[in-house]
Amino acid sequence: MELSGGEILIRCLKDEGVEYLFGYPGGAVLHIYDAIYRQDDVKHILVRHEQAATHAADGYARATGRPGVVIVTSGPGATNAVTGIATAFMDSIPMVVITGQVATANIGSDAFQEVDAVGITRPCVKHNFLVKDLSKLAETVKKAFHVATTGRPGPVVIDVPKDITDPAIKIPYHYPDEIKMRSYDPVLEGDPEQIKRAVDLLLTAKKPMIYTGGGVILGNGSDELRTLVKLLAYPVTTTLMGLGSIPYDNEQFLGMLGMHGTYEANMAMHECDVLFAIGARFDDRVTGKIAEFCPNAKIIHIDIDPSSISKTITVDVPIVGDVAGVLHEMSKLLQSVGRESNKKELDAWWKIINGWRAVDCMTYDRGTDMIKPQAAVELLHEITAGDAYVTSDVGQHQMWAAQYYGFSKPKRWINSGGLGTMGFGLPAAMGVQLAYPDETVVCVTGEGSIQMCIQELSTCLQYGLPIKIISLNNRYLGMVRQWQEFFYENRYSNSYMESLPDFVKLAESYGHVGMRVERPEDLKPMMEKAFAMKDRLVFMDIVTDQAENVYPMIMAGKAHNEMHMSPNCETPQSPQSPERELS
Amino acid sequence: MRHIISILIENEAGALSRVAGLFSARGYNIESLTVAATEDASLSRMTIVTTGTDRVIEQITKQLNKLIDVVKLLELTDGPHIEREMLLLKVAVTTEDSQQQLRRLLEVFEGHLIDHTSMTMTIQLTQTGEQIDSFIAALTDYEILETVRSGVSGIARGDKYLKI
Repeated sequence: MELSGGEILIRCLKDEGVEYLFGYPGGAVLHIYDAIYRQDDVKHILVRHEQAATHAADGYARATGRPGVVIVTSGPGATNAVTGIATAFMDSIPMVVITGQVATANIGSDAFQEVDAVGITRPCVKHNFLVKDLSKLAETVKKAFHVATTGRPGPVVIDVPKDITDPAIKIPYHYPDEIKMRSYDPVLEGDPEQIKRAVDLLLTAKKPMIYTGGGVILGNGSDELRTLVKLLAYPVTTTLMGLGSIPYDNEQFLGMLGMHGTYEANMAMHECDVLFAIGARFDDRVTGKIAEFCPNAKIIHIDIDPSSISKTITVDVPIVGDVAGVLHEMSKLLQSVGRESNKKELDAWWKIINGWRAVDCMTYDRGTDMIKPQAAVELLHEITAGDAYVTSDVGQHQMWAAQYYGFSKPKRWINSGGLGTMGFGLPAAMGVQLAYPDETVVCVTGEGSIQMCIQELSTCLQYGLPIKIISLNNRYLGMVRQWQEFFYENRYSNSYMESLPDFVKLAESYGHVGMRVERPEDLKPMMEKAFAMKDRLVFMDIVTDQAENVYPMIMAGKAHNEMHMSPNCETPQSPQSPERELS
Repeated sequence: MRHIISILIENEAGALSRVAGLFSARGYNIESLTVAATEDASLSRMTIVTTGTDRVIEQITKQLNKLIDVVKLLELTDGPHIEREMLLLKVAVTTEDSQQQLRRLLEVFEGHLIDHTSMTMTIQLTQTGEQIDSFIAALTDYEILETVRSGVSGIARGDKYLKI
């Protein structure tokens, strides 16, 4: 079978099992788009901006675990895709992005719509390729999928010059079943010696703490984590990226940790004597002040990426390997050695923890005549039975969604944690809804973030995606306003959103349903009404309390035990006053 | 601490910029970097001289290993090794005396005179980076017209070698 380069590309995607290709056509990819037109196996989703193509593919990947695939043209197509590529890179999301390039002979001549896509994306991809030889195209695609999906996953860019896809030049097609790369062979199995050391250390703990991250979700390790957590009977916290790996209502779960984590999770981090980090990377939003991070703890760390280990925090027992496999081995070992006698200490530790829990740090003022954003998210949980796929944008609404939705399953909470990309939520929800047409998909957003990719309402209409948009509209860039309140003496520089559109009419003009909710008593009936419309996209413009802040908060540069608590919350220590320390 | 890291890297377009980009993006120091193809045309050998605390050097080696194009890495300064750097240097020499003095200095440092005019002398010296520093420091009485240093190349001593 002889195929042209354009046909080879699409055929490779089919053979790779790709369901959806998110993209936007342009000059350099026209040959490829012609090949897309002449087949039905790989479905192309036409977005309205290349950034949305990458976010949609990213959302698809986060929800399914399968790589998201994108095609964009050269020049501005590639540069528009960069934000989405960087977003996926920061959160280790498997993605293959095909960028068109000017013809090989024109590369370097400042040709029309030419950018050095390989150069521009280099710092934000796991790897990238420029295809210079048609005979290498299929092999390159195989390599791209292999690299994107194995080890620590990440986005891979394939830059394809136009002449490579010339329909007049055909070569025999062969897609390799497997590929070996001498320079790339990620370690998957944890060292049994290290695993044993880790179990030994865990069993000596008097105040243990388990801290898990996005790696558990990416590595499909939730079941193994739950087994081990139960066996150990130790407290567990997750990062923003790890929500759902352990059910929110599991009694050993202390909630999320970090900058907006719970009092009990952060205090337990600070006081623990053995910290067991699993697929988490000690991000600055989690650690707070490095010098005072878990000051009394020996640290065990499982990660598939050796460079994550001892990057910012030195660990005592590193284990490089696949999280699910390592956790399984640890459980096996634990069961065979039996539990040591740290039960008494453990009981005492849980008593301390339950004291912290009694502070009830997530409480907020429920009795006002304004809609509280936290209440809206709690109601969302109730109406969706806690079982929706929830995407979010970035800011206060993201934190409230993380804090108050209550996730029970992995891969349900889909947000840009590392890069913090506003505009992520709606296109990501499109990718999720395409993957799971019968599931409830919600985008929790704000009136600021939603406007960064609002044009995708058009894509949602084209493909009939019944996403529910929950926009917590406080007429502020809320997180910016919060920091300006705390650190800049209420000088709200450019954080006020003036001249907002009528979101109801906006949704309607895109062919969707719009609702505006202003009074607390209307929220429940209207949200129920919105979710009853199974086959329609509903945009809920929910007018919320402008002054609400996200609590608790560890100010940048502070330690876990220096939390700033909600004014509604009575703490055993006086709340720390915010100080002018920024990062 | 000064460290010498040797890597075997796929001889592909852009491989050098991946390494250079890594150092600039993460704020690591590069004192010198040399690269050329090996006897296997598909591989390049790169020698990087860098400085940093043990923690930084550990991160550098991990991050380099993480680059998909890097096939193998060896930290030469972890064990006995040989390092060499080549210096090409042109000085102004106007008097017979200063010429004689420079020739004596060359004998001490085992350098070579590779070009000579009535006004200038051009010297080649292949030594460790440190000895090259000392040689240049010894030239205080001369007007140096040009200094060209190759950057350090290195190889492990004894039976150890970096090969796939």
